Amino acid sequence: MHDDEFKPIAEGGLLDRRLFLKKGLTFTSIAWLAPSAMAEAVRSDAMSTPGRALSNYGNPSNHENKVIRWTMGNAAAPVNGVSWTPLHALEGMITPNGLHFERHHNGVPDIDPDSHRLLIHGLVNRALVFKIEDLLRYPMTSRYCFIECGGNSNAGWHAEPMQTEAGYFHGMASCSEWTGVPVKMLFDEAGIKGRAKWVIAEGADASMMSISLPLEKLLDDCLLAFYQNGERIRPENGYPVRLLVPGWEGVLNVKWLRRLRLTNRPVMARNETAKYTELLPNGKAEQFSFVMGVKSLITRPSYGQQLNKPGLYQITGLAWSGHGKIVKVEVSADGGKSWAEAQLQEPVLSRCFTRFRIPWQWEGKKAVLKSRAIDEQGNQQPERHELIQAKGQQGYFHYHAIVSWAIADDGSVSHVYA
Amino acid sequence: MSMRKTLLFFFSVCWSVAVIAESSPDLGEIATVDFLEQGRYDVFPDGEGLPQGSGNATQGEAVYNQHCQTCHGLKGEGGSAEELAGAMHGLTDNPPDKTIGTYWPYATTLFDFIRRSMPLSAPGSLTDDQLYAVTAYLLYINHIIKNEDEISAKTLPRITMPNHEGFINVFDGQE
Ligand code: HEC
Repeated sequence: MHDDEFKPIAEGGLLDRRLFLKKGLTFTSIAWLAPSAMAEAVRSDAMSTPGRALSNYGNPSNHENKVIRWTMGNAAAPVNGVSWTPLHALEGMITPNGLHFERHHNGVPDIDPDSHRLLIHGLVNRALVFKIEDLLRYPMTSRYCFIECGGNSNAGWHAEPMQTEAGYFHGMASCSEWTGVPVKMLFDEAGIKGRAKWVIAEGADASMMSISLPLEKLLDDCLLAFYQNGERIRPENGYPVRLLVPGWEGVLNVKWLRRLRLTNRPVMARNETAKYTELLPNGKAEQFSFVMGVKSLITRPSYGQQLNKPGLYQITGLAWSGHGKIVKVEVSADGGKSWAEAQLQEPVLSRCFTRFRIPWQWEGKKAVLKSRAIDEQGNQQPERHELIQAKGQQGYFHYHAIVSWAIADDGSVSHVYA
Repeated sequence: MSMRKTLLFFFSVCWSVAVIAESSPDLGEIATVDFLEQGRYDVFPDGEGLPQGSGNATQGEAVYNQHCQTCHGLKGEGGSAEELAGAMHGLTDNPPDKTIGTYWPYATTLFDFIRRSMPLSAPGSLTDDQLYAVTAYLLYINHIIKNEDEISAKTLPRITMPNHEGFINVFDGQE
């Protein structure tokens, strides 16, 4: 290899993003293989005894039992709460089904698909009732898509940087392959009346969660989703059917969907007035701010992880935008003074997690890592102070600022505002 | 449009309609009137969807103390669940208090939400009179109505909430 290929392309040791591809194994083995790896040459226990029998449904390795959702329920009513996806412990762009984030207002219902019905009514020519088994006969389509809670990352508004794993901070966002029936197909069957402009969606859980969505979005790209990553949607994700609203606030992706009502106006439900509205410094609040803004974060290295010794590392993370595709992610190792373009891993899809990577030579000194994403509409992820300048600090929802990780001399990683 | 183009347009529309009809399985059943009752839960700001019945804050206090207070605290303050009253700060203060009295734009939303979702431990267990009464009580402890004001399908939509003008519809703004 030529020395000049290892020349940093930004301060703090960031290297050309193409280097990993070019150099392949030679390169990664330098970074990741410790000499002690040689010790395993003898025949191990696993190689000397028969393994476990077949299983009907597999589980992760016992050695991975720390890779879990972080759950937080209301003290008096634990059925009301949130769980976060451990983004810091995952790779690629797909969230395993058992680790998809959750937000339940009153627990996870146990719904028998045979008795569940979906009603489409209101401003339609024919109000229709569907059985799940019938809906499963409709032509389906799949798309990879993130779902992010409007309240994701809200600790970013706090005055002090919260010290917690990246996923337990920003992991009210997950990404899956969703399969189902375009809502438009069923609306066309029902026959949309001219005055219809909004749709009220309602779930069959104990909170009968309801919310209004613009009809044009439902006609554009929304799905009645039945499958998640190939298997039927998990109960906590809306079994037997949920609404998929690509790129928009998670709360709109109504789970356990039982009713879609076409109307000429929003219903002004609690979750589109009291919640999921953003209070601005002038005392007014933004309402129907549906689209999740462009966002990225480095998942490795991130808070709680440890760099063992100086050398070559791969910085990696996720970027996504409710506006469309990610076109560029830049990484800084000097707190945002200089930036280097990261490699976007294929596939890069609209309103989907996009994995980015960049090689980094850590000198064993202090560094501040940041990533910033730009989407195809030209939206750029803001610095935290820019977001606060534009929106104040009391909006609670839609926090999407740049995340900064400080690397200490000893290789430990903490969260900072920089 | 020229004649030819018009015809083309006409045929392409017919063609696409035919395609939709052909590829669309049309397996829904026409909803019966009884089944449409399921839609009766939506309550709009103009009062559409509100049932018969009524109640006032005095009656509502009893409902509240029995069914809500364990989680929401005495007079809507200091419970484990959201604060329903007792705002000390306005919306431009740091931190602001976003309560029913300071933040909620529509009184009808209270009825809609409580009927569908509360009490959390037994949703759907209150009668319509109890729902009106507890709604009246929450409006009363937020200083929006008087103790004896009768809340019903007629009066609830007429209440103007203090923060009625507080919201900017950024979706329509974008269009
Ligand atoms: C078992 C605890 C519990 C009981 C009992 C209970 N609630 Fe709640 N309530 C909650 C929780 C938790 C929330 C937050 C719900 C959510 O996040 O979706 C809530 C939310 C609310 C809200 C919305 C507050 C806001 O600012 O968005 C209102 C209004 C409300 N409850 C009214 C009532 C009324 C009225 C009763 C009695 C009839 C009641 N609750 C009984 C736990 C309870």
